Amino acid sequence: MRPATPMPELEDERTPVVQIRDLWTQFGSFVVHRGLDLDVMHGEVVSLVGGSGSGKTTLMRQVLALETPTRGEVKVFGIPVHSSSAATLKKIRKRWGVLFQEGALYSALSVYDNIALPLRELRAFDEDFIRDVVMLKLDMVDIERRHAVKMPADLSGGMVKRIALARALALEPELVFLDEPTAGLDPDRSESFVSLVHSLHRKLQLTVVMITHDLDTLVSLSDRIAVLVEGRVLANAPLNVVSKLDHPFVRNYFQGERGKRALSVAPPPRGTP
Amino acid sequence: MPDPVAPATSAAPAPVRILPPEIHVGDAGSVRLTGAWDIRALETHAADIQRRLAKLPADAAHVWDLTGIQRLDHIGALIIWRAWRKTRPQNSRIRAEHELFFTTLATPKPDTSEPPVPWLLRTLITAGAWIPLVASHGRSFLVLLGQLVIDTLAMLRHPGLGPWREVSANIYRVGAQAMPITAAVGFLIGIVLSYLSSEQLRTFGAGSFIVNILGIGLIRELGPVLCAVLVAGRSGSAITAQLGVMRVTEELDALSVMGIPQTVRLVLPKVIALAIALPLLTLWTTSIALFGGALAAKAQLDISVLQFMTDLPGVVPAVNLSLGLGKGAVFGVLIALTACHFGLRIQPNTESLGTGTTSSVVSSITAVIVADAIIAVAFNNVGFS
Repeated sequence: MRPATPMPELEDERTPVVQIRDLWTQFGSFVVHRGLDLDVMHGEVVSLVGGSGSGKTTLMRQVLALETPTRGEVKVFGIPVHSSSAATLKKIRKRWGVLFQEGALYSALSVYDNIALPLRELRAFDEDFIRDVVMLKLDMVDIERRHAVKMPADLSGGMVKRIALARALALEPELVFLDEPTAGLDPDRSESFVSLVHSLHRKLQLTVVMITHDLDTLVSLSDRIAVLVEGRVLANAPLNVVSKLDHPFVRNYFQGERGKRALSVAPPPRGTP
Repeated sequence: MPDPVAPATSAAPAPVRILPPEIHVGDAGSVRLTGAWDIRALETHAADIQRRLAKLPADAAHVWDLTGIQRLDHIGALIIWRAWRKTRPQNSRIRAEHELFFTTLATPKPDTSEPPVPWLLRTLITAGAWIPLVASHGRSFLVLLGQLVIDTLAMLRHPGLGPWREVSANIYRVGAQAMPITAAVGFLIGIVLSYLSSEQLRTFGAGSFIVNILGIGLIRELGPVLCAVLVAGRSGSAITAQLGVMRVTEELDALSVMGIPQTVRLVLPKVIALAIALPLLTLWTTSIALFGGALAAKAQLDISVLQFMTDLPGVVPAVNLSLGLGKGAVFGVLIALTACHFGLRIQPNTESLGTGTTSSVVSSITAVIVADAIIAVAFNNVGFS
């Protein structure tokens, strides 16, 4: 058994959950990020938007410590992710959950084992307890319990996303990354996935960082939208501010036919919590 | 460019010191829980906490005070919920913001899973599963073979429409590119065989028979089999994996909807290519192996390489060479068919890709050896002087 050490831990909701300062990324001679700054505050849903090749996915992978930027600093929970020891990084990794674009469920494991894996890795809970947790998580994402024995290959796209979300939430993360959460889902399913994320965000007070191309998802979920243009964050502001910015990209994105349609049904700004 | 709108500073509470989870048992059956009851804290304390909660007498009418809990999540709530034997006690005080965790736990979704199959039946089902599996393999292999025959006949009527470019590319890939490895293995096997045999022959003073042994053994038997095993491992696996990946990426379906038959574009070129390339590779491997054998014979028995080569046609009838090359062609067709058969059966997932490739290599090597045994029996009085 591990020693029951006291936890000298301070809870401060005023430090940004994600803090990016002067980030530069260069692939050969191609510069992706030119001194990018971004803050994500506790409890916010921030969406990253930008054209193809604007470095949204790269940025997310850098925040997740999967890639290292050429220069600059990324802090998550106030801890720099690229200069920390493996042990510190492991602690951060337990506090975030990631929903990959294709779900990234382990194809060799059943639905049940996929969700149980991160819990088993903690080696803190017995199997009976883990069973209850897995069933609870399945309830949370509205997946019927009879699907627990299925293999990922036997699931539909919408179910894969939900189960991947359940796995991302397995360790009760404070910060959740969603990479294209509704890509590849039909409008009906993407609608219900959005409302699922919305209700989970409200209930669990999650901080959410999301990449999306889907205007409806963007409009209905985001507290704030960070627009990536020319390697920088052009704006990090609520929808009603961002959509009125005078920049060619923003004009194309929000003032086009599709953008107008999505904005016309936008709820009144929820403001920042 | 600066942000047009600076992030609003939220009015969050001042920092609070978070304490580890703790259970305080009062005198009148009251239980007070304090500290952080979330996964971060429970990761180290769970076992201890669960043991202490289990020790609380179940029948006592406890008064539960949860208002001292600083942080709660589903994991913490579940531990408390289990201590409550999954029903909310009558006397409990919970912070308003923590209520929702217990509401979720109090309303579980119904479990509609099918009841598990009894052990005996499950064992029987598992044991019997190979029958439909073998049947389905047999059926799809037969379909593949039939389709191939139909396509070949159609192609013979219009030879100009044949997939000759693919055939040529495949010959290069499975034949020419395999030459270094088959040469290296053949050379070494020739040396080993020659060393072992010459030791025995020298005891009987029958050293010159090394030419007979190596000639018959390598040309008729070892050359073709060795070559086929190497190609099955090298190209068979590649063919299966290639077709499997095409299944995973839906390329096979793309071919189908364009009306391009898979057998003509993918299977037939590989079968033709291996039927041509494997006899040639066999010839190459056997020659190198004989050369290696001759070198070892010079070292061990002092039979010169020239002497060895001059004696060879005299003691090994030429029909053995035809037999060896014929076997090469048969093995080539077998390897290509087996590899394609397994490749086309792969399901669109990574698991199936791995197992399919493994079964393909194992099956094609087994098929080669079975075919070799049948041929050995069928031709047992051909080719011996």
